[in-house]
Amino acid sequence: MPNRRQFVRAMSGLAVAPLMPAPAAAQADPFAPLIAAFTKGAPVREGRVTVDTPNLADNGNAVPLRIVVDSAMDAADHVQRITVLSEKNPRPVIATFHLGPRAGRAVVTTRVRLNGAQRLMAVAELNDGTFWAGSTYVVVTSTACWDES
Amino acid sequence: MALARVQLPDSAKRGEVIEVRIAIQHKMETGFRFDDMGRAIPKNVINTVIARYNGAEVFRAELGSGIAANPYLQFYATAEASGEFEFAWVDDAGERGSERAAITVVG
Repeated sequence: MPNRRQFVRAMSGLAVAPLMPAPAAAQADPFAPLIAAFTKGAPVREGRVTVDTPNLADNGNAVPLRIVVDSAMDAADHVQRITVLSEKNPRPVIATFHLGPRAGRAVVTTRVRLNGAQRLMAVAELNDGTFWAGSTYVVVTSTACWDES
Repeated sequence: MALARVQLPDSAKRGEVIEVRIAIQHKMETGFRFDDMGRAIPKNVINTVIARYNGAEVFRAELGSGIAANPYLQFYATAEASGEFEFAWVDDAGERGSERAAITVVG
């Protein structure tokens, strides 16, 4: 029969166990394979892409999202594709937009579902074959992946 | 088929960049929800939206379950000639929808 002191020690061990740091593999960049699939291995530079969301979203079911790419959008310099990637959604590729020189301005606005507070990244492919990325962090108070029904 | 609402200016100057907005009524089922009997509701989202301006594609979106219900898209286009914007979309169940809006280009 364990005495009280032993019992308390055993229980405190249990409580701490889930807080142990995750293995290193789990902390790898979740965006890396998604970006590789989009760029087919081409290098991605930071910049020219702005991901605009509220800093704090009350409802993860519809979070306003605006992607702005710094581009003249003429025949010589325009955006061809933009992909929006999520860190924690069960399906991490949220959307891919195809634009061209006739799109006038490289700005796309929509509303997305987010499974909790996370980083969002957008990667844009320009007509010269370069890839540019931008990201933001959104705090979501009520996640989308919560079925109230 | 699903209702949709398209908003763009009635008229624009040639070369002007105009704002185009479309909202489509659609549940955008994620496939992660369950009905009252506990059965999984199959995924059914609008997976492609294409915008054509006088027959030529200006904007295309590939959407997933990460897009909110009743998807809303706002983008831009350069006014080139009077004519028509045509929007077409399809969901995972193969159901198609379309909507049109006319624009007059002056100058």
